[in-house]
Amino acid sequence: MEALGWDGALSSRDFYVAARAFADNWKEFNSTFPPWNWVPSPRLSQLQQQLGYLSLERICLLGSSKEDVNEENHTGEEEASEPVDNATLVESSSPQVCYYDFHIVYSDSYRVPVLYFRSYYIDGQPLALEKIEKDLPACSSKVLLESKWTFITQEEHPYLKRPWYKLHPCGTSEWMKLLFLGDNSLH
Amino acid sequence: MDMEAQRFVWGGAIPLQIHLHESDVVTLPAPPPALILAPRIGHLPLLASLLKPHFSSALPPRLDTIWFEYKGLPLKWYIPTGVLFDLLCAEPERPWNLTVHFTGYPGNVLIPCDGEDSVKWSFINSLKEAAYIINGNCKNVMNMSQPDQVELWRSVLNGNLEAYFRVSSKLKLGTVGEDWAAKNSCSPKSRPNMGETDVSGQVKAGRVPVRLYVWSVSEDFDDLEDAPQIDGWDKVSYINRPVEIQGGGGRCFTLNDAIKSLLPEYFPDKSLIPEESPTVGEEDEQKVSSEDAIKSDIGAEEEVEKSREHTKSCNQYDDAEIKLVRIQGIEPKLEIPFFWVANNLLNPEHFLHICVYLKVPQINNM
Repeated sequence: MEALGWDGALSSRDFYVAARAFADNWKEFNSTFPPWNWVPSPRLSQLQQQLGYLSLERICLLGSSKEDVNEENHTGEEEASEPVDNATLVESSSPQVCYYDFHIVYSDSYRVPVLYFRSYYIDGQPLALEKIEKDLPACSSKVLLESKWTFITQEEHPYLKRPWYKLHPCGTSEWMKLLFLGDNSLH
Repeated sequence: MDMEAQRFVWGGAIPLQIHLHESDVVTLPAPPPALILAPRIGHLPLLASLLKPHFSSALPPRLDTIWFEYKGLPLKWYIPTGVLFDLLCAEPERPWNLTVHFTGYPGNVLIPCDGEDSVKWSFINSLKEAAYIINGNCKNVMNMSQPDQVELWRSVLNGNLEAYFRVSSKLKLGTVGEDWAAKNSCSPKSRPNMGETDVSGQVKAGRVPVRLYVWSVSEDFDDLEDAPQIDGWDKVSYINRPVEIQGGGGRCFTLNDAIKSLLPEYFPDKSLIPEESPTVGEEDEQKVSSEDAIKSDIGAEEEVEKSREHTKSCNQYDDAEIKLVRIQGIEPKLEIPFFWVANNLLNPEHFLHICVYLKVPQINNM
């Protein structure tokens, strides 16, 4: 793609093609990880079979994201730091498991992919935003604090019509441009 | 710009008769319903400041978020009140009887609402989205000064159109399709100039922010009174996709064209088929349709016929029919130029909300 003159936008067809390719590549190269799946729109129509979204579901976070980190990097040192847990209270030895679902949906307004997510405990109870905040990278939780209403808000999932968290997409096309320019400027 | 239509839109109101839900009544006798004239462009939770005092004597001590229902259907607060009315009352009911709750918020269905702040930010975020659709970025909304932002929101809250125009003009959202209309047959003064518009093979399309609410029914009805009730949100398709005003060929882009362009599964468009459907993406088919765009009047019939054949297998809704279109309580003729609708009937967040009742015959062999 010609990155310099490009405005960072995708068509819904671009998104469909890229999303399918991404899901396939993911399965091939990360076969040990849970898969990203393409979920077609429930609206029955072959004309619109390109409508749908990418989905990665039931990603488990144990306590403060201990278990899912870098399995391939497991070293003796890390194992050694484990006993710290012994000093904590008994009840926290079974930290509350929570799950995250991630959907990537194409936005016709912004012409970019948009991340929707939700998180819940094993019994289905949703996590409060304050809890989610703790699972975010430090820089993101800072942004969340500064712009409560313009960064992550609850909105209706475009396909499921239920409240989901949404990462606001108004800066995404700039990121997309950087992504493509970055590829070029490395050389 | 002629503000007359906008004045009517801003002045529009729905007479509401609001009953307190029995589970929220803790004293007897139950309080009488509240009668309120609610602005069409407003949102239901903003009525809390009127409703709380009215029902205060009957309410339990611990109150949750306010929410509303109509015949058992929880109302989405982020949809403007007028749109809810147009959509849910096929036959307008006046006053509109709603039930208010102060406890038991259905958080699994409705987005949480922290009062006015939530409504304000839902408005600002929609405005941002509209700005992005129109200008390709939302810098003007993001960079709005704090006082301007406050004034803009207050003008919407108070229905002050002059104040609203003063602030919103700084956002440079303009009016849509003006250049285009000037060059085309929509404007009675100038005749279409095909040479000019088709030099590059295409006309620069204006993007119009539209939220389309489609309610499809399978059985026909002659009278709106006989229309079936919408008893769940799953009966309503919500389409949030901008309309691309397509010019060229000297044909006026009408409201009908706009609605059909948003519903390709019901009204397959000849120019959309090669691109959207992988099964009919043949080379020569594409050529025909781009030629067709230039001399649309001559080749149109043929082309439609052609694409019909192609889509027969994948289009199961051959006989879908638009029964009714409502915008701001008006049932406009479908032949009117879309740019007029877009410029005059929009809501303050620059979205045009269109309610469509669609008759879709049930397909037995599917």
